[in-house]
Amino acid sequence: MIEVKNIQKKFGDKTVIQDVSAVMKAGQCNLIIGASGSGKTVLMKCMVGLFVPDEGEILYHGQNFTSMDTKAKTEVRKEIGMLFQGSALFDSLTVEQNVMFPLDMFTNWPVKKKLERVNEVLNRVNLVEANRKYPAELSGGMKKRVALARAIVLNPKYLFCDEPNSGLDPQTSLVIDKLIKEITIEYNITTVVNTHDMNSVMEIGDYILYMYQGNKEWEGTNREIIFSKNQRLNDFIFASEFLKDAKDMRMLEETGQIPNHRNMDLLIEKDIPPIIPPSKEG
Amino acid sequence: MTIFSDIGRYLLMIKGMFSKPENGKMYWKEFMHQCAEIGVGSLGIVAIISVFIGAVSTIQTAYQLVSPLIPPSTIAQIVRDTVILEFAPTLVCIVLAGVAGSRIASELGNMRVSEQIDALEIMGINTKGYLIMPKIAAALLMIPLLVIIAMALGIWGGRLAGSMANILSGSVYDRGLLESFVPYNVIFALIKSYVFAFIISSVPAFFGYFVQGGALEIGRASTKAVVVSCIAILFSDYVLSALLL
Repeated sequence: MIEVKNIQKKFGDKTVIQDVSAVMKAGQCNLIIGASGSGKTVLMKCMVGLFVPDEGEILYHGQNFTSMDTKAKTEVRKEIGMLFQGSALFDSLTVEQNVMFPLDMFTNWPVKKKLERVNEVLNRVNLVEANRKYPAELSGGMKKRVALARAIVLNPKYLFCDEPNSGLDPQTSLVIDKLIKEITIEYNITTVVNTHDMNSVMEIGDYILYMYQGNKEWEGTNREIIFSKNQRLNDFIFASEFLKDAKDMRMLEETGQIPNHRNMDLLIEKDIPPIIPPSKEG
Repeated sequence: MTIFSDIGRYLLMIKGMFSKPENGKMYWKEFMHQCAEIGVGSLGIVAIISVFIGAVSTIQTAYQLVSPLIPPSTIAQIVRDTVILEFAPTLVCIVLAGVAGSRIASELGNMRVSEQIDALEIMGINTKGYLIMPKIAAALLMIPLLVIIAMALGIWGGRLAGSMANILSGSVYDRGLLESFVPYNVIFALIKSYVFAFIISSVPAFFGYFVQGGALEIGRASTKAVVVSCIAILFSDYVLSALLL
């Protein structure tokens, strides 16, 4: 579990994060969402220690990460895996060497055992026969999967994913989301995903933290988000007509009614008769 | 004020390199890789430059020494001392600042921009220790060796040019090389090469490691690294010559 307590971060005079608190539990996908510039990447970088917050605490299983010395921080970081927006694979290393890198650095295992583990995690992310390829030879989705394999190769307790779907087509995005979700449950990892992909929000968001201009605007689950009356959140999540329709459909499924008349004018204008479901008797 | 904060950050970067390696074998592997990159990778250009520098020195010295009172073997002495004292350490290191220095700055800059350095940090690796230290150590080992090779090739290039242009025979040239030879000059050249090696590796590493932005900034950092390294080399060349000669 990761607890974020009253985090504040400034760059010069500009406050990027203002008093943000959250509890992110193990075995679930915790999503940080928000528009570009809302402070979600800075919050994630504060959580992993790439930025030092000006105020507040980050607690990993109750241990205050922000006040730890370098040695203790290093120990915590060994339990962290991170999937970067641009994958951050080492260009000069093959897929196999990239995934093996953390094992080479932090274990004294024999090569055979390391290779077995590498192949195990590569199979887990559905990436076979790519061991000898270099990052430049891989597609965006494959790079993300290699980066995910590298992030989980040491069995981390915490997994951070910074915009895992950026630059990917919707189908590949779903594959990556599904993988993240499965791995989170399978290894009981505390996963934190930074995204503005609405499919991810609805598919894997066990806990969602919505950031607006550096503040925590809303928090809840992907079920609660449908019923949220927070206007900023609704404007952000259901930005397009298509997504608004999708929300209406979900509400109809859940409650049997739609609390708006958004499409009524259209129906009247087009003179579309209401759809009457066929009776069971035929 | 920027220059002072940059010097401060540079010194902190150097200080930050010194920590217990997470895995000695991986550091050693990186060190060997850098030795190959800096040493073997630059050998070709160093060899070509050295031979031509020696050759040109012989021809130009002969062109200026027109007096029949000066024995031809003096040409060899002048070429020898010029190559050992200045051309091999300084000129070769300026070329290496361009070849190896820009490569170091670009490599680290690219790693920074593509978040590879962040990825290493999050793994719990001291990136200054793992990425910068092996480069500096490799430069300190390989650049003096390259300078020694440059000395030998420069002198040989002078001999070759002297024979080919019928300026002086090989035997006269060899005799001239042994006349009034001061071994301290070689030591002085090696001291310079160690100082230059540190500059060539650490200055570009600084510019690359702290780059911010994208591809354009990597290019700018690389250019800046080479320019600053060259200036630092020439300045330290002057200081060392004033102090040690």
